[in-house]
Amino acid sequence: MGRYVIRRLLQMIPVFIGTTLLIFVMVYAIGDPVNAMFGDRAPDPATAAQLREEFDLDKPLWLQYVLYMGKIFTGDFGTAFNGQPVIELMANAFPITVRLAVIAIIFEILIGITLGVLTGLRRGRPIDTSVLVLTLVVISVPTFVTGTLGQYLIGVKWGWIAPAVSPAATVDELLFPGLVLALVSLAYVTRLTRTSIAENGRADYVRTAVAKGLPRRRVTVRHLLRNSLIPVVTFLGTDLGNLMAGALVTERIFNIQGVGFQLFQGIVRQNSPTVVGFVTILVIVFIVANLVVDLLYAVLDPRIRYA
Amino acid sequence: MRGATRVTWSVGAVGALALVAAGCGGGGGTGGGGGSGSGVVRAFWTDPQNPIEPANTNEVQGGKVLDMTFRGLKKYNPKTAEAENAVAESVDSDDQQNFTVKLKKGWKFSDGSAVTAHSFVDAWNYGALVTNKQVNSYFFEYIEGYEDVHPESGAPKAKTMSGLEVKDNRTFTVKLNQKFSLWPETLGYAAYSPLPKSFFSDHDGWLEKPVGNGPYKVDSYTRGQSMQLSKNDEYAGNDKPKNDGVELRVYTDQNTGYTDLQAGNLDVVDELPAGQLKNAKKDLDGRYINQPAGIFQTVSFPEYDDAWKGKDKLKVRQGLSMAIDREKVSSQIYHGTREPATDYTSPVLKKDGGYSTSLCGEICTFQPKKAKKLIAEGGGLPGGTVTITSNVDTGSHRQWMEAVCNSINSALDKDNACRVNPVPTFSEFRKDISAKKMDGLFRTGWQMDYPLIQNFLQPLFYTDASSNDSGYSNEKVDKLMDEGNKASGEKEAISKFQDAEKEILKDLPAIPLWYQNGNAGYSDRVSDVRLNPFSVPVFTEIKVK
Repeated sequence: MGRYVIRRLLQMIPVFIGTTLLIFVMVYAIGDPVNAMFGDRAPDPATAAQLREEFDLDKPLWLQYVLYMGKIFTGDFGTAFNGQPVIELMANAFPITVRLAVIAIIFEILIGITLGVLTGLRRGRPIDTSVLVLTLVVISVPTFVTGTLGQYLIGVKWGWIAPAVSPAATVDELLFPGLVLALVSLAYVTRLTRTSIAENGRADYVRTAVAKGLPRRRVTVRHLLRNSLIPVVTFLGTDLGNLMAGALVTERIFNIQGVGFQLFQGIVRQNSPTVVGFVTILVIVFIVANLVVDLLYAVLDPRIRYA
Repeated sequence: MRGATRVTWSVGAVGALALVAAGCGGGGGTGGGGGSGSGVVRAFWTDPQNPIEPANTNEVQGGKVLDMTFRGLKKYNPKTAEAENAVAESVDSDDQQNFTVKLKKGWKFSDGSAVTAHSFVDAWNYGALVTNKQVNSYFFEYIEGYEDVHPESGAPKAKTMSGLEVKDNRTFTVKLNQKFSLWPETLGYAAYSPLPKSFFSDHDGWLEKPVGNGPYKVDSYTRGQSMQLSKNDEYAGNDKPKNDGVELRVYTDQNTGYTDLQAGNLDVVDELPAGQLKNAKKDLDGRYINQPAGIFQTVSFPEYDDAWKGKDKLKVRQGLSMAIDREKVSSQIYHGTREPATDYTSPVLKKDGGYSTSLCGEICTFQPKKAKKLIAEGGGLPGGTVTITSNVDTGSHRQWMEAVCNSINSALDKDNACRVNPVPTFSEFRKDISAKKMDGLFRTGWQMDYPLIQNFLQPLFYTDASSNDSGYSNEKVDKLMDEGNKASGEKEAISKFQDAEKEILKDLPAIPLWYQNGNAGYSDRVSDVRLNPFSVPVFTEIKVK
């Protein structure tokens, strides 16, 4: 187990170098960010040259990358063009997005798995069909539609919530955006759980458990659900990363100044330190989440063991 | 028994959903609102692109803050766009090149220190020095000694401009490197603001909480989130705020700001989402502003390309201009937030400032038949087709380009006479323009630095001027502009520039398209909202009910 974890952690190093290089090259390829700082007019060449020097943009790409990586290892993620250190942007944005993603995951687990078990056990019944149709609708409607519509209805029309989240982004303000963010994944979780439950419902060990005379609830929760959750846990694990990186749409609709928004602004302003810094952290989140998922398999399925 | 269990399950699920929904409602309701006081205006803001410094801010969002926290020698009247004395008591010159500036008594920064001649001279020297990397440094290019502190390349030879000299605490002189009669009228722009001593002694601290001499002072500033401003008690100007303060809130998206305005959580939004312009007037019960801004759109011809040179091709250019239905594009794509252009300036200037509704005349009028004839007389489009190039990452550039092309195609009865050539980013577009790689029409626009006819013409059409992207050059035009700058009176100067404009229109290096308007919406909690010529809300005049 310990060796397995260490091996996985060591794999992170090449992935880390590879992704940062890739992102760095891609941001570089978009073009010269200094031009954009002068608005809709021709930049003054002397000032532009000074700015390029300040941000190392006058050096060859490989040297820029080496300089950037060198700074990262001393904990300096560079400075955004508005003069704010990227590390400060991260300190503001990540807690907010983590809060939002955790709220979304909780919604997915609570509602998604509940509905999945319910429909899986009641295959073909009205509740199964109606939930299936509902998930189909949720999956096919894009987030910005549900988000904007929900925001208009309950934020403006009925006035139950403030349409925009304050900079502090407290948990109660994030409940509705979290639900909007969770909706699509929630539908997938429902469907995954349903299929898994339906399949395993006919498995030998379930029949044995029922034959033993175990109470229905115990069979469902201890035997059936535990085994059926493996694909769902895989999905939730990768989804945590997705929710953090993909919250851009939700974050923009509800004025949440999280990771997605900072990334968006970084891309629009072609600010490589912001983009590379944030993506690097996201990559680490993805890798760690996947590791945790793999370790959870062993907990859920006694047949899986890591040497 | 089984049936009973089933019922419990579903009831439980429904109950859970209901709880969730209720949770959202209850939680969010108390979360919003913010803690602003009763007389404070809550306004839309986005994160300024550069740190907030007078000589380093060239967009509206940072400009908003500067407009509230700074006053320069002059101030543009929000209604007439005329430059009026603010800190200056007088700006005089006998020869249109050597100016003497006298300051009024009693002006102070919000930290209590006095505004002196040094506050201006030091600030201007700071703004011009190339190593300070200020994006507005070109504003000081007319002052003598600018090339020494801001050479095209290499290290600066001096730290201060030789043309600036402090005479006493309230007097300084300015020597320009050329005659420029309208120069005093440029001094209302934020780049010319004075700076307090603390700016130079503790620059980082100053950036965290800017200190100026304007009607408001910054109480707190959280970068990327919000800024709280309150009345500056030291303010010596006569446009004292009619409200208790302003709270600027950073929004991630224009749509969210608009939604918050509709929900009554925000008072002033000066960036309305393009998709909402059609309904804004109705949605907001008329609390909608649509007024001219100093922004002007043209499409330019590459004057450096032989295919567009000569008398014949002038006819083609004129024909293309007549083939564009400006009226239709501005009403259908922009919902009236653009005005068809009739000259190379802007309605912001007003008639006295040199704006004309007739200068372009026939050339800017939609006449498809005549257009077709002229283009045929000129030997047709070079290569049979013409392209319009622009970046498409901002604005609705793709939409208007397509509309203009459609207009040209239908006027010429040819499906592919005009093609749109979209460039993904502004930066790439800019690179191609600087490299003079254009071979067809390309988008050019101008956002004024100060409301003067000189600013609409000289940077764009003077030989080798900074934004002369089409490579246009005409000795007659250059001479008329020089004369305008030497003129002793404002009236004479303006008429010289108008003469130059007439000459430019004869050559038509760029087709005037439309003037852009500034838009804003406001809540029923406030009144007296208007935009100044730079499309920045005039916060001092806003009253909170």
